[in-house]
Amino acid sequence: MKELLERYPASTEYLLDMLHDLQDAEPKNYLTPQALRAVAEYLSIPLSDVVSTATFYTMYSLKPRGTHVIRLCESPPCQLVGAETLLDILAKHLNVGVGETTEDGAFTLETASCLGVCGVAPAMMIDEELYGNLTAARVVEVVEDVRRRDETG
Amino acid sequence: MRLARGHVLIGINDEALLAGARDVQSALADALTAHGLADEIEIIETGDLGATGQGVVLSVYPDGVMYVNVSVGDVEEVVTEHLLKGRPVERLRLVGHLEAAPARAHKRIVLENCGVIDPHSLEQAIAVGAYAAMAKIVEKEIAPHDVIDIVKESGLRGRGGAGFPTGLKWSFTAKGEQVYIICNADEGEPGTFKDRLILEGDPHRLIEGMMIAGYAVGASKGYVYVRGEYALSIERMQTAIDAAREAGLLGERIFESEFDFDIEIKKGAGAYVCGEETSLIESIEGKRGYPRLKPPYPGAVGLWDKPTVVNNVETLANVPPIVLHGAEWFRSYGTETCPGTKVYTILGHVEKPGLIEAEMGTSLRTIIDEYGGGVKDDKAFKGALIGGAAGAFVCPDCLDKPMDFDGLKELSAVLGSGAILVLNEDASIVDMLDGILSFFRHESCGQCAPCRGGTRALKAIMDRIRDGQGQSGDLDRMVEIATSMQAMSLCPLGQSAILPITSAFQHFRPEFEALIT
Repeated sequence: MKELLERYPASTEYLLDMLHDLQDAEPKNYLTPQALRAVAEYLSIPLSDVVSTATFYTMYSLKPRGTHVIRLCESPPCQLVGAETLLDILAKHLNVGVGETTEDGAFTLETASCLGVCGVAPAMMIDEELYGNLTAARVVEVVEDVRRRDETG
Repeated sequence: MRLARGHVLIGINDEALLAGARDVQSALADALTAHGLADEIEIIETGDLGATGQGVVLSVYPDGVMYVNVSVGDVEEVVTEHLLKGRPVERLRLVGHLEAAPARAHKRIVLENCGVIDPHSLEQAIAVGAYAAMAKIVEKEIAPHDVIDIVKESGLRGRGGAGFPTGLKWSFTAKGEQVYIICNADEGEPGTFKDRLILEGDPHRLIEGMMIAGYAVGASKGYVYVRGEYALSIERMQTAIDAAREAGLLGERIFESEFDFDIEIKKGAGAYVCGEETSLIESIEGKRGYPRLKPPYPGAVGLWDKPTVVNNVETLANVPPIVLHGAEWFRSYGTETCPGTKVYTILGHVEKPGLIEAEMGTSLRTIIDEYGGGVKDDKAFKGALIGGAAGAFVCPDCLDKPMDFDGLKELSAVLGSGAILVLNEDASIVDMLDGILSFFRHESCGQCAPCRGGTRALKAIMDRIRDGQGQSGDLDRMVEIATSMQAMSLCPLGQSAILPITSAFQHFRPEFEALIT
């Protein structure tokens, strides 16, 4: 953790970068209490300042998440072509609500504001990967593909 | 340097990658080698080629033939038929307005190099004129205030949405020991991805734009604040910055002048409100992205309380050609009060969704029919949402009005970010407005009460109407809430909720009334 932080000068200007890196390094895709404390110490600022910033931005989570984070775009261009139905299908398929993690800890289902790939709406991101032109069948297929990839290593 | 007789441009962006562009690219390289063409034909990886939603796109030069939806299986045929024998593969050709490189018939200023050069290559950027404007400034010893005058005379207005004159903004910037330039690339308006494609397609243009802005206002440091979701944009921009620094185009004593300038990328973390300039500044400082009370404006008190200019990506991308070709040249495009072009993303129910650049003042009808290929499946045009969630609905009556910052104001609409979402006769305006109100509720940053409470109240009333529990007077109540938000919210987020609401009611009121019994 220390190593990650020391790549940046000890200035709050790099706080967002540090939070990104620490979250990416955590297998459960979230900012652990230890990580938040480490940042506060490194920057010599109160822990509450770090938490305040971390809780403002949707890309950070203070709760453990699944191995993979699904972010389905729900902005108007995607909505126009059926994103709402896709959310129901995903929720049902994974048996979770929005913001929840599957029992096996594989997926967290989230919604996102415009992902900026409206040309292939409806779209979603799983971790850093983008998927577009989604349909009811394809959305399940994509999730299962990711699951299979994990199982076969 | 090896000279190739032909070039195959492959558009690499998120959408093309989804469609398997990397596989096509390596298959193409293999096929060229197999047929002994590797020395004759060069593959150039470039940005968006302007044919969104059409999979992997190739553009073959000097023939100017464009192929869409290319799969690995098509590569052999393209190589043997076209590149070897000179017979274009008709079944893959893109027909229609985009033929022979995207929108060549239409004037492109901002996007002129996007999809033409390899964004990873500084040499290619320089070959098409990158850094020539900055060189001109140094060579001709154009003083900073004269640069501001050129931009003022050009009539360039901010392309982020508000349309504030750029030269004026620069001239309002206070002098100081440390001044900052920030490029706002926190593109979050639903339906907008123009800035992403500029960052991915021609990053050196942006660096030069920031550099010139820095020179004009006396800033030696620039930040590009890119939204966290734009991984490819960040990567390409970083590559470009590194290359420019290596070549001495960024750093100390640029072109052996007294001017020092350097750029750093800042990655956002998912907050729509950070597109607002003061929120963005707070975010760079490592805080919650709460907008600041204005005045003081960033031009006086900005980043780390120093004078700061915040300009949108597209705005800055317009600056180098203006300096290079002059204000008069720029004014020859567009309208009297809004010279130049505008980059739009045209989406929804159109045949060819994608990114286009049209002169200011071009009508919505021309944009939909000529650039967008018309309404999809020959359905009737019902309306459009222009400017994203903070934009407005327009109806068929607006189709022939010239679109620029002022023309749309007359229609009580806004140009905003340039997102055009086309709706056909089957689209439900009620559902669209509901989506927009969910968006506002989610993205309200929570700092000021009118917006925090207002966005929730608006969505609650909307839910009630959609559930068939609407009460008489609900529509007026929504307008009333949005009006107070407009008057009392701290930043444009809360202030702009009124636009989609009143425009939806103005043009499509019966749809809402039908749900309230």
